[in-house]
Amino acid sequence: MLSLFLLLPLLGIIILNLPIKIKMQSVALLYVLLLSVSQVIVVLFHPDGFWNRPDVWGRFFELRLYVDNLTLVLLLSIGIVVFIAVLVAWHKITEPKQRLNFVSLVLISLIGMNGTVLLADIFSLYVFIEITSISSFILIAFQRDLNALEGAFKYIILSSLATVLMLGAIASLLLFSGDTSFASVSEAVKNNSKNIIVISAIGALICGFFIKGGLVPFHAWLPDAHSAAPTAVSVLLSGVQIKTLGAYTIIRLVTSVFGYTNSVAYILMVVGTISIIFGALGALGQRDFKRMLAYSSISNMGYIVLGFGCGTALGMAGAVFHMFNHSVFKSLLFVNAAAVESRTGTRDMNKMGGLASRMPLTGLTSVLASLSAAGVPPLAGFWSKLIIVIALWMSGYHAYATIAVLTSIITLAYLLSMQRRVFFGKIVEEYKEVKEVSFGLVFPELILAAIIVGVGLFFPLLFNSFIMPISSFLK
Amino acid sequence: MTTRLLHSAVGLAITSAILSILIFRLASPIAAVFELSVCAGLIFAIFISSITVTQRVSAERLIIRKKERLRKFWLLPIIIVLVAAALSQVHFQMAFNLPAQTEENNVKIILWNLRHLDLLGQIVILLTGAFGVVILFKEWKND
Repeated sequence: MLSLFLLLPLLGIIILNLPIKIKMQSVALLYVLLLSVSQVIVVLFHPDGFWNRPDVWGRFFELRLYVDNLTLVLLLSIGIVVFIAVLVAWHKITEPKQRLNFVSLVLISLIGMNGTVLLADIFSLYVFIEITSISSFILIAFQRDLNALEGAFKYIILSSLATVLMLGAIASLLLFSGDTSFASVSEAVKNNSKNIIVISAIGALICGFFIKGGLVPFHAWLPDAHSAAPTAVSVLLSGVQIKTLGAYTIIRLVTSVFGYTNSVAYILMVVGTISIIFGALGALGQRDFKRMLAYSSISNMGYIVLGFGCGTALGMAGAVFHMFNHSVFKSLLFVNAAAVESRTGTRDMNKMGGLASRMPLTGLTSVLASLSAAGVPPLAGFWSKLIIVIALWMSGYHAYATIAVLTSIITLAYLLSMQRRVFFGKIVEEYKEVKEVSFGLVFPELILAAIIVGVGLFFPLLFNSFIMPISSFLK
Repeated sequence: MTTRLLHSAVGLAITSAILSILIFRLASPIAAVFELSVCAGLIFAIFISSITVTQRVSAERLIIRKKERLRKFWLLPIIIVLVAAALSQVHFQMAFNLPAQTEENNVKIILWNLRHLDLLGQIVILLTGAFGVVILFKEWKND
């Protein structure tokens, strides 16, 4: 059954690019939406024993795939974000051939991300990370304007550095393990924990994942790539990709391969804290709506890594829950940015104002997303940040907890500033006649807002049934 | 060091092939298979991209570019040879756990039985490269 997560998107790519004279763009839209919704439904409502059923579809390739609670959260996030990204793309891209190409690339990205979270082999992990990255380069440069090409180029350069680090590290670890499975590498790391080559390899791998995740000081590509890319691609990148390639891979390898040591914890917490502060301060001074959201993503990645870095089950659960919440509220904020840009023709927040009166649904959903991102109760983002802060405090990391709380105030400041500049106040003369965006963009806004409110309000019910069981993968 | 994109792509293919042979000779068939499989997809994508973006350059311009490149990078092959010679003198005393050489460790078994997922990954990477060329380069040529 697990192999379907890889084989169905591949089948889609092949079918959608056959030289058949039918309206492939409608088939493409239906296929990718059904696939992403199915992924969400399977993760949420699977029957007992579903994941252990024999994988008859993957027999040809004999794919060895594994799933645990951490994987399920990522699969859920991937399904939701891909669904939203394709809806946004359909609104923004109108040429049929371009739509088909976009869907094909999203399906490739889906294979890469699903493969990354389902694998238990370090070299295959690298291959699927590269699949996701290569499809991202092309997606960022999709519309081939100068800024997008520059953003893609920066991403390629830094991603190549990450590739070299990861491949070198895997090659070094292979010398000691003889095999690339997580179990073999973990055994080799345990038996050679003081070996300088093993230590360097672990450091190189972690640096590679920090680059992929856009964490400070390897974040240089992220603001340009995320702001210059088409908004549907920004949703994909910020919504789920940096978490899959950066945060998930670090969590998986630290817990399943390297082991959680004091040095690793220290590095994660320091990098996480610096990313939180740097991202928040960077977002504060931005005029470009999407660029502000990109810096905000760096800050939120910092929260995830910091929560994981404290090392407790509560911290782990908080980090993974925040990965899910960030996927939702950040995607919603990017959809709002797409809505505003499509009606005003600009992303410069200083040129906007009072849009909430003309675009009430976009304004309302934007407020919900901003408050969730800032950690205001009772929305979803508040709970995940609270769990992280409590985990840090209970582990004795009082300074880190204090910084996390204080930076939330900066987060609230830049998001409220965005709200004031874009949606509230007196409406700008040239936008007096703008209307709310079409249903194509309102629908994803409403879905994501419903998730933010629903998860926030029903958090007490979800805490024991969904949140805490996440950390069971530690066993 | 070459001025021609296609020559660079051919150079990369030759380097990759020689590297794979060297790795096989060093009794590491798994690593050699990784090298072949990763580079096969990469070289394919680079060839297609190179062919698509290649434009005619005048003979004079070509000579100027060649001289500029040689001037910048003449030291590079010398440095590589010196570093390789220095490294060959260092004896690494490490407890490496290398798999035993058996009949089963041949390329067919490794690629088809052990590394299925990587094969699937390589197929997807080739597809991605093809899409990249079609989306990013094809219309430029027609403009």
